[in-house]
Amino acid sequence: MKPLTFKESKQLLFAPIIENNPIALQILGICSALAVTVKMDVTLVMCAALTSVVALSNFFISLLRFYIPENIRIIVQMTVIASLVIIVDEILKAYAYEASKQLSVFVGLIITNCIVMGRAEAYAMKNPPIRSFLDGLGNGLGYSFILIVVATIREIFGSGTFLGLQVMPDSYPTNNFLLLPPSSFIIIGLMIWAIRSISTSQVEEDENPLKAHTFKPLVAKKEASNG
Amino acid sequence: MAELTSLFVRTVFIENIALSLFLGMCTFFAISKQVKAAFGLGLAVIVVLTLTVPLNNIIYTYVLKEGALSWAGLENTNLEFVELITYIGVIAAAVQILEMFLDKYVPALYNQLGIFLPLITVNCAILGASLIMVEKNYNLIESVTYGFGAGFGWALAIVLLAGIREKLKYSDIPEGLRGLGITYIIVGLMSFGFMSFGGIIL
Repeated sequence: MKPLTFKESKQLLFAPIIENNPIALQILGICSALAVTVKMDVTLVMCAALTSVVALSNFFISLLRFYIPENIRIIVQMTVIASLVIIVDEILKAYAYEASKQLSVFVGLIITNCIVMGRAEAYAMKNPPIRSFLDGLGNGLGYSFILIVVATIREIFGSGTFLGLQVMPDSYPTNNFLLLPPSSFIIIGLMIWAIRSISTSQVEEDENPLKAHTFKPLVAKKEASNG
Repeated sequence: MAELTSLFVRTVFIENIALSLFLGMCTFFAISKQVKAAFGLGLAVIVVLTLTVPLNNIIYTYVLKEGALSWAGLENTNLEFVELITYIGVIAAAVQILEMFLDKYVPALYNQLGIFLPLITVNCAILGASLIMVEKNYNLIESVTYGFGAGFGWALAIVLLAGIREKLKYSDIPEGLRGLGITYIIVGLMSFGFMSFGGIIL
């Protein structure tokens, strides 16, 4: 395989942020995106934990990729990922106890976070270690990007603070709607709308079975076939 | 008995594993386009959760918990740090065994579940339920109820969402919002709906 160029590594690292975002396009790693975005500091800890696990698990699984038997690959991948998560969990308990208490089961759930499994399966099993590491890092950043935006909106407009410091005037009432976890679904939904308005190639096909019988698309199809 | 019933109702509605705790969201979004597929997956999740939560409970109580190994003469052991890797191993093994068992004895159900069965090994709802069971200190009978209730709640939620999405096909949605975007918003609204159960005291 060709050596890794600077351009390629940049592509690996930044493509997952907007063009191929794990949460907004690949439908991976949604679970933790919702529960941990009330406060910015907790979100940052979660992002750092996840990004390091994805990058390292991609790296190690890619190193092992010629030795993993096809039939039991999921269990092998799980073992690698689970070991990394245990290390992260122990580090958090030692150095960021408060945050690790607030994250509770969600650190453990990084194991089953589909971003980690999905990237291991889709990328690391087929590509050399350094590329896989960058791919993992990029996907971790894509995940962090969505989480940080959601947490920023929720913390500033929800409780009027940012990283625990007050940013809104005293007269600003707390917005309980944004403090409830389901609001992050709606924020992410609107973010997807924004992302897809910029990068229109991500728009999904209209599956309405009634559309086929209306006049407009028929004309459009004819024109397309003529052209 | 009354306590177990209230635990079941609480797990299904008030602490619904999909819509209140947001576990198993990836499959929740990916496989909710048709009611039929959603139903099959929901069934698989119920079976796997009812099986793995009590299993992990037994392992936690007799092997992993601090001082749990005293029956073997080891008083001061605490194996809690290997918790995660043990649970995921149990889940992967249980799913594998279940798959072989269904293939041999209940082929009709096996064919209906198809690809979903191996897929739910990586569903966070399964591991999440085990971790919550440990956090809440459930005993064996409670953990059976909790596992079944959590699975039932998840299945209920995904079938409901699939029903909405099947109808949604006919509506005219702005381009960028089509598909995943609107699904997020619907799940958000459903989740708010389920929050209204929150005030119920059992």
